[in-house]
Amino acid sequence: MKTQEFRICPESGLQFHKPAERLMRFHAVAAIVCLLIGGITALLVTLTRWPAVHLLPADKFYMLLTTHGINMLIFWIIFFEMAVLHFCSSTLLRCRIATPKLGWVGFGLMVTGAVINNLSVFSGKSSVMMTSYVPMPAEPTFYLGLILFAVGALIGCFMFLGTLVIAKEEKTYEGSIPLVTFGALTACIIAIFTISMGAVILIPTFLWSVGLISNIDAPMYRLIWWAFGHSSQQINVAAHVAVWYAIAAIVFGARPLSEKVSRTAFILYIAFLQLASAHHLLVDPGLSSSWKIFNTSYAMYLAVLASMIHGLTVPGSIEVAQRAKGLTKGLYEWLRKAPWGNPVFSGMFLSLIGFGFIGGISGVVMGTEQINIIIHNTIYVPGHFHATVVIGTTLAFMSLTYFLIPVLFRRQVFLPGLAKWQPYIFGISMMVFTLVMMGAGTLGVERRHWDMAFTDAAIGFDYPASAYALMGLVGISGVGAVLGGAIFVLIVVVSVFLGKRVESESNYGAEPTRLMKAPPIVLPEGGHVAAGKWGFAAPGTFALAMLFLAIFVAYYAVNWKYLASVWPLA
Amino acid sequence: MSSIQPPSETIWWKQPLDRVEGTWIGIALVWSLIMFFMMPLWHIYGKQNLSNEAYRTTPEAFMAKTQAMVDQYTIRTETNQNVPVVRPPPGSDVYLIARLWQWWPLLELEKGQTYRLHISSLDWQHGFSLQPVNINAQILPGYEMVLTVTPDTSGDQTIICNEYCGIGHHTMVGKIYITEGGS
Ligand code: HEM
Ligand SMILES: [Cu+2]
Ligand SMILES: [Cu+2]
Repeated sequence: MKTQEFRICPESGLQFHKPAERLMRFHAVAAIVCLLIGGITALLVTLTRWPAVHLLPADKFYMLLTTHGINMLIFWIIFFEMAVLHFCSSTLLRCRIATPKLGWVGFGLMVTGAVINNLSVFSGKSSVMMTSYVPMPAEPTFYLGLILFAVGALIGCFMFLGTLVIAKEEKTYEGSIPLVTFGALTACIIAIFTISMGAVILIPTFLWSVGLISNIDAPMYRLIWWAFGHSSQQINVAAHVAVWYAIAAIVFGARPLSEKVSRTAFILYIAFLQLASAHHLLVDPGLSSSWKIFNTSYAMYLAVLASMIHGLTVPGSIEVAQRAKGLTKGLYEWLRKAPWGNPVFSGMFLSLIGFGFIGGISGVVMGTEQINIIIHNTIYVPGHFHATVVIGTTLAFMSLTYFLIPVLFRRQVFLPGLAKWQPYIFGISMMVFTLVMMGAGTLGVERRHWDMAFTDAAIGFDYPASAYALMGLVGISGVGAVLGGAIFVLIVVVSVFLGKRVESESNYGAEPTRLMKAPPIVLPEGGHVAAGKWGFAAPGTFALAMLFLAIFVAYYAVNWKYLASVWPLA
Repeated sequence: MSSIQPPSETIWWKQPLDRVEGTWIGIALVWSLIMFFMMPLWHIYGKQNLSNEAYRTTPEAFMAKTQAMVDQYTIRTETNQNVPVVRPPPGSDVYLIARLWQWWPLLELEKGQTYRLHISSLDWQHGFSLQPVNINAQILPGYEMVLTVTPDTSGDQTIICNEYCGIGHHTMVGKIYITEGGS
């Protein structure tokens, strides 16, 4: 092992391996570029859905909506996830990265794929949305770009596994891998499954688009496409939950309430994920109800249970760590005195709340077999997933980026005063955005639709005035969210490329050191429980969980009631 | 810092569960099971369930069946494209075509009566979205979906396409007129 390739960050104590560090930096920068493209198109799309503005013509709207979905959901998130994988393996385990050269091949494929796909969409002949449902055709380059991107990402996944093997063989850590790395491993395993599904569906579709296959069955396409499309959301969840645990550890020194529970919850994601594509097919012809019920609940909602567990254990671990420091007054002194001015923490906490309360609840409700009848393909659906992938995943990744700027890029954060506010501007606008979208969806407003007034249609339809008002609020809050996103991109780009260097020294040539076990648990006097209440170590978190449950139950019931009011169907 | 360090106990899986975790897992599990059983229960006690009745078909076959219904039951035509408005008898099989970018034909149904509504696409995927009552279903080419519907509200309903189907997607609008029973 070449010693000169390691450096130790004096602030965080993390150890970076030079080739891994370069790979992480490039993946993170590529991710930000995609986020920028996605953000510009988000603004244009939002301004078109705002009825009073209705900015773009129809063809441009559908084209840019395709660009937005793909650059955000696929390119931004997966580029960033590759950086997270290398961070959780090479950096956290203090290990050299496996096959760095291959890493550049993977990165090159991902960039090439992203460029080809974007060019294809911008040609105007592939405005098929990210789902590219057959038999609506896109240019062959549309599918080709996605396939190249996926192969590149697959290489990154195998490098992660390779690095874990090296770390184990070279004994760079004591005991078991840390929880955060375990979470990343979960994400990686799911990613490998997912990408294979993507290959199974995109390769034949590519062959069909060049004329080598004559026909692709529409429901078969939907089933396999969603085995890829939904499972990849499970990658995001596993990755951002791992990031939550990491930030709780970095900011508070938090340890999981119990390793057993947190790790089992990650395993549940893997165990039940293959079934998840069903909740996109609840109102499709040709599938039986028992198949739908079994699969959409991922066999009894055990993956939902896993998220509910993480939703408790992440803030619970913070609460316990804070109480151990003496912040024991009342239920919430630990939370009030949290570092709300530190964007690493505030972003992570908003991400957790938004993901759970908005994204989680709405997802389970609309994924209920019969309730889907009143929600399928309305704008409720983008409302739901902006709460999961934007407030959940994207905001968690933004928070981690604030930590990485000094540690990985060795730069000071540009405009730290503004950075303090950025998670609030972005997170709170997004919360409003998702809620008003869901409101409009409940009134039947469609997703992926250029004109809710139907001015060009031979037959008209008028939505109620409240639907227009809600779509106006979608526009306003969407602009707020884009502003928050723009501030983020500005801060990151200026910090990374023009920012002041961090003052402390962190030179290559450091002797690599081993990752030691966490110090033994030292309980505060009288144990954790004494620092808590009601015999609970984390009573504040428990009360929050009860509030969550109450909202969940009430909202679930309201939707059944709404369903009961529509025409009888059989 | 310890979620990013190996667990302090080598045999971490024997570490006892914290009480706050155990309690929450119990509650969350019960709630998950309740949600799971709600779906089969609604099949037994609820009124809004998709039948899952569906058949493979072809555009030609489905067009022929729809044309036969249109020939028999058309009562008038509407719009400058002369789209037929069809009034099939209660209890009968009603056919509805989704195609770029039209729902064809327009329908007139009687409130309180039950119909077997067959829907299929002749080309790409479309979305059946009935407003304002708000019933949504996915329409696929090559498959004929059968919905047994009982309109129980007054007032006409509009069919909107809510699966993106190309540049005319937002112009794809149809109608189900509802007449009061006995009239
Ligand atoms: C910066 C703030 C953002 C705004 C204002 C915004 C706005 C929108 C709007 C208005 C739509 C169109 C809804 C429709 O007509 O169907 C949309 C769709 C979508 N957005 Fe965003 N978005 C933002 C960020 C993101 C991010 C960060 C992601 C992913 C990580 C994302 C993923 C998507 C996806 C996947 C779609 C669906 C595209 C489709 O239907 O194919 N958005 N967004
Ligand atoms: Cu359509
Ligand atoms: Cu359409």
